[in-house]
Amino acid sequence: MVADARSRIAGRARRDPGASSRWALRSTAFLYLGLFVLLPVAVILQRGYGSGLGNLEDALHSFGAWNAIRLTVVLAVVTAIVNGVFGTLLAYVLVRIPFPGREVVSAIVDLPFAIPTLVAGVMLVALYGPTSVVGGWFEDHGFKIIFAVPGILLALLFVTLPLVVRSVQPVLSELDREEEEAAHTLGAHGWTTFRKIVLPALRPAIVAGSLLVFARSLGEFGAIVFVAGNIPNQTLTAPVFITQLLSPGSYGQSGGPDQAAAVAGLLFGLAFIVVLLTEKLISGRLERTT
Amino acid sequence: MAITVRGVTKRFGDFVALDEVSLAIPSGSLTVLLGPSGSGKSTLLRVIAGLELPDSGRVSIFDTDATDLPPQKRGVGFVFQHYASFKRMSVRDNVAFGMKIQKRPKNEIRARVDELLGLVQLQGLAERYPSQLSGGQRQRMALARALAVEPKVLLLDEPFGALDARVRKDLRTWLRRLHEDVQVTTVLVTHDQEEAMEVADRIAVVNHGRIEQYGKPRDLYEHPATEFVMTFVGPVTRFREAYIRPHDLDVGREPRGSYEEATVEKVVHLGFEVRVELTLAEGDRLEAQLTKREVEGLELLEGQRVFVSPRRLTRVDQNGSAPHVTSS
Amino acid sequence: MSEAHAQPLASGGPADRAASRGRGVRALLVGIALLYVLVLIVAPLGGIIFYGLRSGLGAITDTFSQQDVVHAFYLTFVIMLIAVAVTTVLGLAVAFVLARDRFRGKSFLSALVNLPLAVSPVVVGLMAILLFGRGGWFEPFFTAQGIRIVFALPSMVLVTIFISIPFVIREIVPLLEELGTEEEQAAWTLGASRLQTFFRITLPNIRWGLFYGMALSAARSIGEVGAVLVVSGLLQGQTETATLYILRAFDQYQPERGYIVALMLAAFSILVLIGIETFKRRSLKRAGE
Repeated sequence: MVADARSRIAGRARRDPGASSRWALRSTAFLYLGLFVLLPVAVILQRGYGSGLGNLEDALHSFGAWNAIRLTVVLAVVTAIVNGVFGTLLAYVLVRIPFPGREVVSAIVDLPFAIPTLVAGVMLVALYGPTSVVGGWFEDHGFKIIFAVPGILLALLFVTLPLVVRSVQPVLSELDREEEEAAHTLGAHGWTTFRKIVLPALRPAIVAGSLLVFARSLGEFGAIVFVAGNIPNQTLTAPVFITQLLSPGSYGQSGGPDQAAAVAGLLFGLAFIVVLLTEKLISGRLERTT
Repeated sequence: MAITVRGVTKRFGDFVALDEVSLAIPSGSLTVLLGPSGSGKSTLLRVIAGLELPDSGRVSIFDTDATDLPPQKRGVGFVFQHYASFKRMSVRDNVAFGMKIQKRPKNEIRARVDELLGLVQLQGLAERYPSQLSGGQRQRMALARALAVEPKVLLLDEPFGALDARVRKDLRTWLRRLHEDVQVTTVLVTHDQEEAMEVADRIAVVNHGRIEQYGKPRDLYEHPATEFVMTFVGPVTRFREAYIRPHDLDVGREPRGSYEEATVEKVVHLGFEVRVELTLAEGDRLEAQLTKREVEGLELLEGQRVFVSPRRLTRVDQNGSAPHVTSS
Repeated sequence: MSEAHAQPLASGGPADRAASRGRGVRALLVGIALLYVLVLIVAPLGGIIFYGLRSGLGAITDTFSQQDVVHAFYLTFVIMLIAVAVTTVLGLAVAFVLARDRFRGKSFLSALVNLPLAVSPVVVGLMAILLFGRGGWFEPFFTAQGIRIVFALPSMVLVTIFISIPFVIREIVPLLEELGTEEEQAAWTLGASRLQTFFRITLPNIRWGLFYGMALSAARSIGEVGAVLVVSGLLQGQTETATLYILRAFDQYQPERGYIVALMLAAFSILVLIGIETFKRRSLKRAGE
C-alpha cells in the first residue's frame, strides 16, 4: 500500500516504460516545426508589422501595389470558382462514368502536381504564346493570352486543378448509393438527384478543395512569373510584386525587405485563415459521418 | 499462483474501467474473464499483459512483480480479437517472429515453426500470407505465434469474437484440447457465457469494473454470489421476487402442497428441450424448461391450468447483493 | 408472332427515352471534362514535348554538355536529396506524434505542418532573407563564424526543406491512423523492443505511403523556383538551380535550351511518381489486399 502511494507521488514517468520515447518524439516534432515553420513566420510578422502598419502603408504606395493585390485576389477567387466547378465535374466523371482511357485521364489530372510550376508556365507559353500556332491565331484576332490576364488564369487553373479533384474524388467514391437509389424510386431523375442528394454530401469536400485552390493561387509564383509579363497595374501579381520590392528601383518603388514582409504578411495571413477554415471543414465532415 | 492482481484500478477520463480489482489465478489453469461489453474484462487482461498501465495496484506473474515491466519483458503471449497478423509476413515468418527477436539459431526456428504449425493444424500453409487465410486459420496462426516464445501465461482477448458461430464452436473445443496438451496458464476474455462454461476451469465474472465471483463454472451456476452472476451465467426466470432456473421449476397437472396455480400460454418445442411459457394467477409471466418426454407425459396444451413449484429459489435482497438460495 | 411479345423490344417508350437521354447527358459530361483537360493540360504538355524535341537529339546532347546546365542539375539534385532526407526522417517523428500521441496543442502542430502549403514561395525566400540576410535575426552569428547562408547553398537548402515539410507527413498520418497499433502491440508481447517493432513492423507497413510522400517531396523540391530565386542572388554557376537556369535561358533568348531543361525536369518528376504508383499497386497485389 505504502509502495503504491510512494510510486504515485514519484510520478507516472517512472512506471511508464513508453514515456521516454514519447517525450523524445514530441520534443523532436516541436523542435523541428518550431525552428522550420514557427520561427520564419514570426520573423515575417515581426519585421513587417513590428513597428505598426508603417511598412504596409509604404509598400502600398509603391507603383502598382494595390492593383497587384487586387488582381491576385480576384484571380484567386475566379480560379477557385472555375476549378471548383470543373474539378467536381472531373471527379464525377472519373468516379461514376466508365469510359475508355479513364485511368489515363486520372493520371493526367495528377500531372500538375508532378510538374514544376515554372515548367507549367513554359508549357503554356509554348502552346498559347504569341509565336505559337494557337496563341498567334488568338492574337491576330485581338485576344492576347500570354502576357495578359487570360494567360495568368490558365496558369492558375493548370496548377490548382488536382486540388479539387483529389478532394472530391475520395468522398464521391465512398458515397453510399442507397440514398440516390431511393430518390430514383421516388421519381427523381439525374440532375435533381445530383442537386439534392449528391451535391450536399460533396459540399464540404468541394468547398475545402476550392479554398485550397484560393490559398494556393494567392501565392503562386513559378507558373505566373513566366506567363504574365509582370506589367504593373496590368499583369503584375502580388508574389511577383514582392520580389520587386526586394530589388527596388526597377519601377521606382522604395522597396526593402520590411515592406516586402508587410505585404507578405498580408498574403500569408489571408492564405492561413483559409487553410484553417479548410481544416475545420474536413474534420467537421469526419465528425458528422461517425 | 501464476498471476496475482492486487487492487488494480484503471480510469479512462471519468470512466472507471477497473475498480480495486484483485484476483489470483492458479498455475496451469484456464481462467475465463466473463462479462458484458464495457465491464472491464479486456482492460484487466491488457493490464496483466502490460498493454495498459493501471492507475494503482500491482500485477505479479509467477511471483515476479511485473507492474513496472513493459510487455516485452513479462513473458506473456497475447492473442487479439482481430488477429493482429503481421500482414506483410508469411505464416512462417509470423510464427517465427518472436524467436527471431530472441536470435535463436535458424534451424531451431525452422523446426519449432513446423512443430507449431502441426500443432495448430496449419501445416502446408507456411508460405501463405495472412490475407489468404480464413479467420479461423488466422487465429490459429496467432496462437502458434504466441506459443512460439514459450510464454509463461497465455492471454486471449475475445479470440473467437470475430468468427462465424460455427467456427467459434469448433475452435472453442479445439482450444480446450490444446490447453490440455500444452498446459500453459491461460486467461481468456469473452462475453459469451456458453463459451465460458464449456472451456473454463474457473470463471471470473466481471461487471462494472469489479469481479463479482470467481470460481468453478458449476459453483457459479448453482451458487451464484450476486444477482448479476445468476442472471448472466445461465438462464433465469423470475418467480415473484426471486430468481429461478427454468429447469428447476416443477410443472404438474395436480395441485400438491405448496404448488401455485398457473396457466400455460405457449409451448415451444426446441428439439429435446421444451420451453413452456406460463402465467401465474396475478399475471406474472414465467418460463419453465422441460424435456420432450416430460411434456408428452403431462400432455401439456396451451390454455391449460397447471400447478408449478420451484425446486431451488434464489431470493434477492432489496439491494441485490448476496442472494440466498432456498430449496424445497 | 404476337404483338404482345414484340412490345418490350420496341424502342420509343418513356423509359427508353429517359435512358437514352441519360446516356446522352453522361456522354456530354465526359466530353466537357475531356475537353477541359485537353486544353488545360494535354495540349500544353504536347507543346513542350514538341518544342523540347524539335531541335533534335543533337540539341539535347549539346545542352547537357554545357557546364552551367550540368552544374544547375547537380545543384538541384543535391538540394533535393538533402531536403527529402531531412523532411522524411523528421517528418516520420511528427507523423507519429500526430497519429499516435494525445495531448493538447496537437491541432496547433497539425496547423504548423500544413502551413507551408499556404505560404507563397516568394514569402518563403523572404523569410530566409529576414532571418539570415543583412540585418537578419541570425546574421551576426553566422557572419562571425564566416558561414554564408543567404546567396549560398545553405539558404537554398533551408527554403526547400520548408516547402517540402508537409508531404511525407500528410501521406503517413492517415496511414498510421488506419493501420492502428494492434500489430505493434502483438510485436511487443513477442519480445520486440519499440525500435525493433518500428523497423520490422511499422516501417514495412507504411512503406508505400512513405515512398509516395518522398516522391511528392522530391518533385516539389526540384520544381521550386520562387524561394530559391529570392535567396540565391542568381549567382550563375554557383547558386543557379535547374529552374533558375530555365528562367535565365528564356531571359537571354535561348528558348531551345530552356525547353529542353524544362522537359527533362518534367520527365524526371513524372517518372518518379509513376514508378512509385506502379510499385505500390504491384506490392498490394502480392500481399493479396
